[in-house]
Amino acid sequence: MIVELRNIHKSFGSLRANDGITLTFAGGRVYGLLGENGAGKTTLMKILSGLLTPDTGEIVLDGRPLHAATPAAALRYGIGMVHQDPMDFVPLKVLDNFIIGRSDGLIPDRRRARRELAELSADFDFHFDPDAPISHLTVGERQQLEIVRLLASGVQVLILDEPTTGISGPQKAQLFNTLRRLAQQGKTIIFVSHKLDDVQDVCSEVVILRKGKVVGQAQAPFTTTWLVERMFGQVLTAAARQDAELGRPTFQAENLYLADRRFRLGPLSLTVAAGEVIGIAGIEGSGQQLFLQTCAGLFPPAAGRLRIGDADMTGRPYRRFRAAGVAYVPASRLEDGLVAGLTLTEHVLLTQTRPSFFLSWAQAREQTAARIKEYNIIGRPETPVDALSGGNQQRTLLALLPDNLRLLLLEHPTRGLDVESTRWIWTLLLQRRRQGTAIMFASSDLDELLEHSDRILVFCGGKVTQALPAKEISVQHLAELIGGKGL
Amino acid sequence: MTGGRFAAKSVLWTLLPFILALAFTSLILMAVGASPLVAYSYMLQGAFGNAAKIADVFMAWVPLVLCAAGLLFTFTAGLWNIGIEGQMVMGAIATTWVARSLDMPSVVLIPLLLIAGAMGGALWALLAGILRTHGKVHEIFAGLGLNFVAIATTNFLIFGPWKQPGIATMSGTELFRKSAWLPTFGTVSLGPVQLVLVAAAILLAGVALRGTIWGLRLKAIGKNPRAAFILGVETERYMLLAFAVCGALGGLAGSLQAIGLFHRLIPSISSGYGYLAILVCLLAGNRGLWIAPVAFFFAAATKGSLQLPLQMQIDSALGGILQDVLVLLVILMQGVRSRLERPPVEEDRPAGLQPPVGFMET
Repeated sequence: MIVELRNIHKSFGSLRANDGITLTFAGGRVYGLLGENGAGKTTLMKILSGLLTPDTGEIVLDGRPLHAATPAAALRYGIGMVHQDPMDFVPLKVLDNFIIGRSDGLIPDRRRARRELAELSADFDFHFDPDAPISHLTVGERQQLEIVRLLASGVQVLILDEPTTGISGPQKAQLFNTLRRLAQQGKTIIFVSHKLDDVQDVCSEVVILRKGKVVGQAQAPFTTTWLVERMFGQVLTAAARQDAELGRPTFQAENLYLADRRFRLGPLSLTVAAGEVIGIAGIEGSGQQLFLQTCAGLFPPAAGRLRIGDADMTGRPYRRFRAAGVAYVPASRLEDGLVAGLTLTEHVLLTQTRPSFFLSWAQAREQTAARIKEYNIIGRPETPVDALSGGNQQRTLLALLPDNLRLLLLEHPTRGLDVESTRWIWTLLLQRRRQGTAIMFASSDLDELLEHSDRILVFCGGKVTQALPAKEISVQHLAELIGGKGL
Repeated sequence: MTGGRFAAKSVLWTLLPFILALAFTSLILMAVGASPLVAYSYMLQGAFGNAAKIADVFMAWVPLVLCAAGLLFTFTAGLWNIGIEGQMVMGAIATTWVARSLDMPSVVLIPLLLIAGAMGGALWALLAGILRTHGKVHEIFAGLGLNFVAIATTNFLIFGPWKQPGIATMSGTELFRKSAWLPTFGTVSLGPVQLVLVAAAILLAGVALRGTIWGLRLKAIGKNPRAAFILGVETERYMLLAFAVCGALGGLAGSLQAIGLFHRLIPSISSGYGYLAILVCLLAGNRGLWIAPVAFFFAAATKGSLQLPLQMQIDSALGGILQDVLVLLVILMQGVRSRLERPPVEEDRPAGLQPPVGFMET
């Protein structure tokens, strides 16, 4: 199937997300769509998949103009998209989510669907319990389910928006093999990413977007330097590892056991000093989120004690943790982190530590404008947060954190962000550590873990390692620990 | 597009549902063989024919605005406080209890009666709120259930402990002593206290929801309670606050019904104004302060249609039909409009799929 995008324009207010994009995607290939955050990749793909309508321009499918005003219509044409933030039905079960959107009559054939789900998951080596509620799955697992669901409904054009962020190394290799296999079958795969390695690994052709325009197009192989130059218009160098002086112990977990409906985890004992950075590694869904949320006071531990500074915080409510200087930045930015529909200014007002009872909008707007500048957010004080790109939402989350934190807990702080944004986020985080904030962050990026952590905790199968000094671990060793070797 | 043309278009879109609602109601009238023009003129006479009738319209307008102002708080927080009806009733019961127990001069007694009404409503609303926040019972079911309990309580009191000496009747309790009656303008029921309270309620809702940190927090909860919680808003506390404020205003409305209109407790003391106020809020939508004119229209239609059975043998439900059709059409027109006009705001939403009619923009 040949997909043509002709002169696509799409603006959100004054922001030109797509500015005259013309592209052709042929069957039998894996296309990489590369670009930094806010380059317009996701918008373009949402247009192709029927979720957004372009302001002007048209989509042509095998020579015929395509009028797909909804994702369901696009799916009937054989175009399906796996979104970066999974768009599924959280209260439903895995199997129900798998069945949703199928058009095999009024009464779905659950037994057949169950069999199909099992076969497809086995193909990818994904492991789903068909009867588990979606809320028990991690973001990564939910993305996997979406891929499987779309394949089952017979897509010819499969769009994947940052699909590798939530899954483990072996799962990624398997995904790439399957993508290549699907391409061999004649399917068109569009792989939206900002990860150079992934694009070099799996894509046979790459398209690079910058500021809503196509700025580069090439057949494999592509060199890293060329890709980076096209994406940013400059060559980047990695920041050197910086060690910081550590202060007094600021956080302590003693014989901590965690439990939710899925599993038990523990025991875990850890003392974190002021200014220390602890990386949390592990295959997505090994309890990292539960651990961070417990440290944030959102969940009580099943057993054991938590201390912030000198105070025993075990079983205290979330607001006490916040008052003690603990902050938590969740992974799903628009579900848990920000309030869609409220503007940046309203978020700033909402998170002021000592707000005045009567709002002073003028002052708040000024304050917001200052933070927008300081945190390099592309947006205006009156922009609703849901109109920001993923990277800008992440910067906004950091911009909203109070000063002088004791402990900052982050889930995948740079997930879905490009190299430049990632570097910027870490500059901000390292500034905080120099001010004495202890940082614990979960990540599936091994380089990120090794570069920025002082010590690393590895979560695997209900167990946690001792905190290992990052300087003494190699990437290879870390990968083995994540894979469960040596635990 | 020039500003003038935009404004003209906006007015047209606002008027369109009213015109269509009148047209639809006219069709119904013609179907039963009545002249729409005659019917509407009777309705107008019924609402505005003389000073007493105008005062009656205001007597319906006052509780409607009080309840709607309260509902703005719960709607902003994303809560459907169907229980407003029962909260009105509980306000009336609390007021009646104090009126029966205390004998004081009006100047002292009336503020006490009003405070009792507000507290009765607020406590009843808090019960629904606690069921929601701590019992995980959806506020629609909690509210509906509590409405039945409140109404049953009135009946129990009227036929039991507070029955008139000798007989218990549907006509309610004994009349309150005169010191518990609200002052009035001349011979009509309307008085200055009602108007002051309405003005205060509108002011309270406007300032609190637009201009205070409380209002902003309620709005955040209404849009995403989980994110609001993680950002540090104590969601449960603010939900309860919204319930309490709404219940207090509803209770106040019930209190006014008891001491300003009926001067006793009767079985249907709320006159259904709580439910009607939900429609008022729906109609005013995200333009919070429009509750005042919308409530006035509703009050006039309700009072005016009472004239119909007397003059034309048409059931007075016509006023209700007019109101309900109007609400439906306004919501429908909002959808039609957003489909026809490209949204001017930066929205990352699929075309044609607009946010539900909301109360979050107050």
